[in-house]
Amino acid sequence: MGTELHFISANFGKYDTSSIGSYMSIGGFEALRKAVTMDGEDIAKIVAAAKIKGRGGAGYDMGRKWTQARAVKGEHKVVICNADEGEPCTFKDRELIKQDPFNLIEALIIAGWVVGATDAYIYMRAEYACLRQLLLNAIRQAKSYGFLGKNILGKGFDFDIHLYSGAGAYVCGEGTALIRSIEGKAGRPRMKPPFIKVSGLFARPTCVNNVESLSIVPHLLLDQEGVYMHAGTPDSIGTKMVSVAGNVRNPGVFEIPFGTTVRDIVYNLAGGVPEDRQIRLIQFGGASGYIADASILDVPYTYDDLEKAGVNVGTGALLVIDERTSVLDFLTITQDFFSDESCGQCTPCREGNRHMRMLIEKLRRGEADTSDIEKMKKITRIMPMSSLCGLGEGAQHAMIAAMRVFPEVFDVGGAANE
Amino acid sequence: MSKEEKKDMVNLTINNIPVSVPKGTKILQAAAKIGINIPHLCFHPDQRIKAHCRICSVEVTGKRRLLAACSTEVWEGMEVHTDTPIVRDTQIGILQLMLADHDRDCLTCPRNHNCDLQELCSRFNIQVPDFPSVVEHHDPISTNPSIVRNPDKCIKCGRCIRQCKDVQGIEALTYASRSADIRVTTAFDKPMEKTDCVLCGQCTLVCPTGALVEKDDTDRVLDALQDPSKHTIVQIAPSVRVTLGDAFSYKPGEIVTGQMVTALKLLGFDKVFDTNFGADLTIMEEGHELLDRIQNGGTLPMITSCSPGWVNFMEKHFPRCIDHLSSAKSPMSMFGAVAKTYYAEHEKLDPKDIFTVAIMPCTAKKFEAARPEMGRDGYQDVDAVLTTREIIKLIKYVGISFDKLNETEFDSPLGTGSGAGAIFGATGGVMEAALRTVYDKLTGGETMDKLEFHDVRGFDGIKSADVELPGRTVHVAVAHTLKNARKIMEEVQNGTSPYDLIEIMACPGGCIGGGGQPVSTTNAVRQERMKALYELDRKLPIRKSHENPDIQTLYKEYLGEPLSKKAHELLHTTYHKVKKPFDYDK
Amino acid sequence: MLTEPKEQEALSDELRAKIDLVLESHDNDFTQIVGILLDTQDLFERHYVPQAAAYYIASKLPVPASRIFDCLTFYAELSDKARAKYPIEICSSIACHVNNNEELKETLEKLLGIHVGEVTYDGRFMLLKTTCFGACDRAPAVRINGKVYGNLDSEEKVRDLLESLN
Repeated sequence: MGTELHFISANFGKYDTSSIGSYMSIGGFEALRKAVTMDGEDIAKIVAAAKIKGRGGAGYDMGRKWTQARAVKGEHKVVICNADEGEPCTFKDRELIKQDPFNLIEALIIAGWVVGATDAYIYMRAEYACLRQLLLNAIRQAKSYGFLGKNILGKGFDFDIHLYSGAGAYVCGEGTALIRSIEGKAGRPRMKPPFIKVSGLFARPTCVNNVESLSIVPHLLLDQEGVYMHAGTPDSIGTKMVSVAGNVRNPGVFEIPFGTTVRDIVYNLAGGVPEDRQIRLIQFGGASGYIADASILDVPYTYDDLEKAGVNVGTGALLVIDERTSVLDFLTITQDFFSDESCGQCTPCREGNRHMRMLIEKLRRGEADTSDIEKMKKITRIMPMSSLCGLGEGAQHAMIAAMRVFPEVFDVGGAANE
Repeated sequence: MSKEEKKDMVNLTINNIPVSVPKGTKILQAAAKIGINIPHLCFHPDQRIKAHCRICSVEVTGKRRLLAACSTEVWEGMEVHTDTPIVRDTQIGILQLMLADHDRDCLTCPRNHNCDLQELCSRFNIQVPDFPSVVEHHDPISTNPSIVRNPDKCIKCGRCIRQCKDVQGIEALTYASRSADIRVTTAFDKPMEKTDCVLCGQCTLVCPTGALVEKDDTDRVLDALQDPSKHTIVQIAPSVRVTLGDAFSYKPGEIVTGQMVTALKLLGFDKVFDTNFGADLTIMEEGHELLDRIQNGGTLPMITSCSPGWVNFMEKHFPRCIDHLSSAKSPMSMFGAVAKTYYAEHEKLDPKDIFTVAIMPCTAKKFEAARPEMGRDGYQDVDAVLTTREIIKLIKYVGISFDKLNETEFDSPLGTGSGAGAIFGATGGVMEAALRTVYDKLTGGETMDKLEFHDVRGFDGIKSADVELPGRTVHVAVAHTLKNARKIMEEVQNGTSPYDLIEIMACPGGCIGGGGQPVSTTNAVRQERMKALYELDRKLPIRKSHENPDIQTLYKEYLGEPLSKKAHELLHTTYHKVKKPFDYDK
Repeated sequence: MLTEPKEQEALSDELRAKIDLVLESHDNDFTQIVGILLDTQDLFERHYVPQAAAYYIASKLPVPASRIFDCLTFYAELSDKARAKYPIEICSSIACHVNNNEELKETLEKLLGIHVGEVTYDGRFMLLKTTCFGACDRAPAVRINGKVYGNLDSEEKVRDLLESLN
């Protein structure tokens, strides 16, 4: 009941994050030493067997991604660590970098080994600038210990890690936008094809992974007892870093085995709602996630179960909102977020977000009629259907779910008009 | 079809109609093959695909989301549907969203009846706007003689940005900001002329709406035409006769010289002359300047100066290389100078009573005509420049049925042009024209058998050739678009340029692809126009500038020799470095 | 106080030298323009990239001024307009919203005597709204020059924070 399982976060608090020696004293870089004795494909298979889905939110099968990245022909492949963590209420990657920076460096080198890359780029959001020195130090030390640079561990493997900073743009979490940002442009997504895996950063074959996804790998390679494989459920294997915020007594990051109920997460780990107020809604996976009401509390936190309940794991964020905030207030703030963060390039997202914001305001003022609700529905259809990138696709998820879960909010007397 | 070819074909269905297209084809082109025009706005056939506007979203069986037809490659067995409830809902929805952020004063828009957005509204039968207008009204930005920006009409498709960056390599235009605040603008929102912009007008050529248009001078011209005290002269650039027909249902590249002259007469011009005459004059001066530079150790390579977008580029981006520019004025400006001096004297007219109009393929020509160097005694040599697009408007204004007009000849004495003048409108044309004359001059009368220099013809970005002239091999290069010009200029700046003479045209294809041409201009159309100009050249009895009898008379009666003092006064000019917002020399 | 360059004045030699150092620290690599602009911004007391600096960078790197302007207006962390010595960015996203960021905003407005979007008369403070910066576990929070200050749930804490800034 409501216990954490520290697998990905096993090193948290166990070593001095500024010292590679300290990291090595708890077994640091053993996974890398093991990895370089293995065929990359076998590592990708281990990742695939653990059914790790991308932890940045999109949920793409990571083992498959690595196998595909290996298969792409081309020189100077690149691995990118997406540390842009821009989804509101998501701060698990922050903790992973802050409390275990060397594990991330180790994971990236393993990723480079697996896909046959020569360079890695960590793209970290500007908001985490305070972690920059920590990572730069870790990279520097790894280099001086020969874990980075030329001929790593005598395997003829050359690899370097570069740290890039974002400058405050949520959309840069999207792969192509992130790449444009590193290339020195405004981070507006581009159309695909060409796909990143074939032509990504500086037109090189590129494999993008989230901080958490990567962080699992060193632990998984050394997991002799199969702790990870035995945790969770058959379809959602292992553990997940979840960040819980909003109206809870004890907001924070927790590592849970898949299958823990939402109630356990919210009430036992995060301490429940202050003053025992009722839950109005919970949003899963950040601002682009779906929402549910309190009926979701007894659903086990797995990919399948959440999906059946109409929400997604996404980034692993849980935003708990109590009865003091209305559904429309929540939707307003969420819409404000997307209306600020759309890159503005494609019509459905730029204009859809703008008009949705105006329509919500009209509804709040009690001035909306059924034709306005129709327009809202139209925008919720058009944006996910036709936007250029994932931002426009996800921006109306909260609204779509709200229309389903809280239909009364949108009842403006339509029935009276027959 | 061979087996090999078959392997590279992809079979799909569009609206249940089977179609077979080469691998790599996009849905948009596959649909066009069976006669379906999927709506599109940000797509332009000559540009990199952007997939911003999303209006081309179509349904593909098995796909959760709609796919953009402009950017999605077809695959074997693909089933595309371009007209389903969800496609209609989406396409019309996107159009409605776009309209809410578009100033809908179509009736008074320069692009009325010639606007991609308007056409889509008509096609989709948009009668009632769905969403409230969110346009914040700005005044059009009209601070230079060439281009007007109207941000309220911009649909953020990015075509202008791509043209400016990918074709011209200038990047004067950019997106700025994000979300609903995104806008197409210049660095720090400065007026275009105060940026890296050279006013070439390629952005106006690709804008699907009225957001970027030429500065309209039609009223000024009509005023002059209706002013009885003015003697009105019009000159027409070489390329316009093969582009004007576009607006009157002619095939691309159709030669409409005769109808054009008739139309201008009907408009009321007193004299209809030919810029080709000016082009021949330019060759006389520029050709002799080259010989002078070669023989007397002048600055080489010498670079042509007829393209005003290119001249602006030089002054802004390579000011240290200004000495390489030929001091010869452009054909338009030479013509203007001759019209207000030689012709005025000839006809006993006060130059101040002459109003000269130039019909040009170019927005930068408006800027050139306004340069203080291009006039004397308080008057300008060219009083108004109209782009091809503007003369089309005037022809329509007068109510002329262009295609029913008889053909008329140009007036005399400034109405004769050689074949060399005719090909000025295509990239490589000035070079070829110059070579024809320079050769003859070098041999001192012996004429060259070879008239056509195929090495400098065609659509390649940079062409070069070694031409054997008596006593010397001349290394020449021809470039079009400013992106290619930059490559050439970097060599010139480094002192590593191997050439003696370089022709540069700012616009793709040369003037036939100029920024003032009809908006139907694409690279495929440019090729047709190019063919037409060489066809004109081939058919003309006189194909060398120095053999033009009117040119010979002009020198005999008025100018004396090429590069004479009089010629220098009237036909040559100077250039200046343009001050930047903050001048930090690299 | 550092003197700010006047709008249309070219940069002083001193500032140029400082920007040269920034460029060098980024290997004069134009693809690092975003990082270069972030560092340049810190050279100016009011945390922005003045036009004179933008054009200077454009003259040193193969990056046109237009692209610099695009970056300055696209990224929230960058600004082409003068801000303040301490731009106070109040998180307006949902976790802070449900933890009373409205009250925090009002407290700041009251204590500083300015509204969101305004700068104090001495150019020291500016109030701005920003989207989530990942400190939801410390809501309500503000960020000042990259540093996060969380759990600002009383006037006293806000006052202490402002007094700590000098």
